[in-house]
Amino acid sequence: MALAKRIIPCLDVDNGRVVKGVNFVDIRDAGDPVEIARRYNDQGADEITFLDITATHEERDTTVHTVEQIASEVFIPLTVGGGIRELKDIRNMLNAGADKVGINSAAIKNPEFVKAAADKFGSQCIVIAIDAKQVEPNADGTPRWEIFTHGGRRATGIDAIEWAVRMVNYGAGEILLTSMDRDGTKNGFDNDLTSRISKAVQVPVIASGGVGNLDHLVEGVTKGLADAVLAASIFHFGEYTVPEAKKYMAEHGIEMRL
Amino acid sequence: MTTPSVAVIDYGMGNLHSVASALAKVGGDVEIRVTDERAQIISADRIIFPGVGAIRDCMGEIRRLKLDEVVNHCIDAGKPVLAVCVGMQALMTRSEENGGVDCFDTIAGQVRFFGENHKDADGNKLKVPHMGWNNVVQKKAHPLWKDIADGSRFYFVHSYFVQAEDESLVTGTSDYGREFHSVLSRDNVFAAQFHPEKSGEAGLQLLKNFLDWDGKPSP
Repeated sequence: MALAKRIIPCLDVDNGRVVKGVNFVDIRDAGDPVEIARRYNDQGADEITFLDITATHEERDTTVHTVEQIASEVFIPLTVGGGIRELKDIRNMLNAGADKVGINSAAIKNPEFVKAAADKFGSQCIVIAIDAKQVEPNADGTPRWEIFTHGGRRATGIDAIEWAVRMVNYGAGEILLTSMDRDGTKNGFDNDLTSRISKAVQVPVIASGGVGNLDHLVEGVTKGLADAVLAASIFHFGEYTVPEAKKYMAEHGIEMRL
Repeated sequence: MTTPSVAVIDYGMGNLHSVASALAKVGGDVEIRVTDERAQIISADRIIFPGVGAIRDCMGEIRRLKLDEVVNHCIDAGKPVLAVCVGMQALMTRSEENGGVDCFDTIAGQVRFFGENHKDADGNKLKVPHMGWNNVVQKKAHPLWKDIADGSRFYFVHSYFVQAEDESLVTGTSDYGREFHSVLSRDNVFAAQFHPEKSGEAGLQLLKNFLDWDGKPSP
């Protein structure tokens, strides 16, 4: 009888189609985000994150339409990230049925935007997405992580832990932390960084980047102190189902919604 | 016979799309009115009073639109009323959020902060807001619990919790470092801290039960 840790499947969507490939055994049209969201909902996912990697404004309309369709069928929390730059982008996504929006580069360009967004829509719907990479240690020898943009190619010089604290002070209600070192490696989350950020802030932290097996999900919580774990490919390719992942985590003593 | 109707009170705080689509999913031919218009609300068969965000902003808009009177009018008229999240908190006497805000005082009780250094019984840090799926222990029988297992998990997002004075109103409790009143009910009012519209099957069942409810407390 306690709050459960969450499993959040993530869909990367480009122009209305899930990319990175998805391969459920019994779904033919594997690229349809609505179909995939429905499947994860049926499997008992605790939330769904939808990452819009669309480049253009015309395609953004497709995203709004997709979010509307998902929200009319899936009655669990839905976070939409990618391309959130102005208050009207947030309003559009909330109106379409998103519960939370993920803000990444717009916060780096203009941190005050986060304050304005939290004031206007409430902290509960403002998720700050942080893409971090480990860099040279600090002068005192402690490890250091920096925020990177442009898919991990561009350093910003901003310390990831300090940034997380600042964003929470500005009204962020949750942190989605992606390790750019781990993303796509299947070597597990960066639990050192995740636990440092989780200890530094009062709001929930979602670990992302690097999941290759179910032990990685367990470690994200036990070592990374994450409140939620996000994964894409292990679920998309049918290596594991959400119920298998939940059962495994519960067997390792983690409170889950089964 | 006219189509049954449900009014979802819209005072500009938060996303009511999910509430409306969840009702559409379970409601059959029920007419769903997302509205701030007094006449539309008062003439509806049942009322949902939602709310997200900070209590001061919510109460400000509610008072400006005179929706406190409308909600209390519906409660007094015996219509089934479902208050959700900040809607539940608004029914209480006072909230300590935003330096202290007077609320409706329709149900005697306080709205309190979980605290900056919130911990569980073992001394582990607990995040605030309380965000995610937690168990709701059913403290008394109620028609809205029909076909929902005791202890089912619902989705919560809140930093402040309700503490009613009258323990006999406590219909559900949850535990987050401390026990709190996650559901209160009195006569035709059912107030929940969690979001049924975001709580998967259990939440949809609760909304269906609400649409079937005649407003009488005993099953």
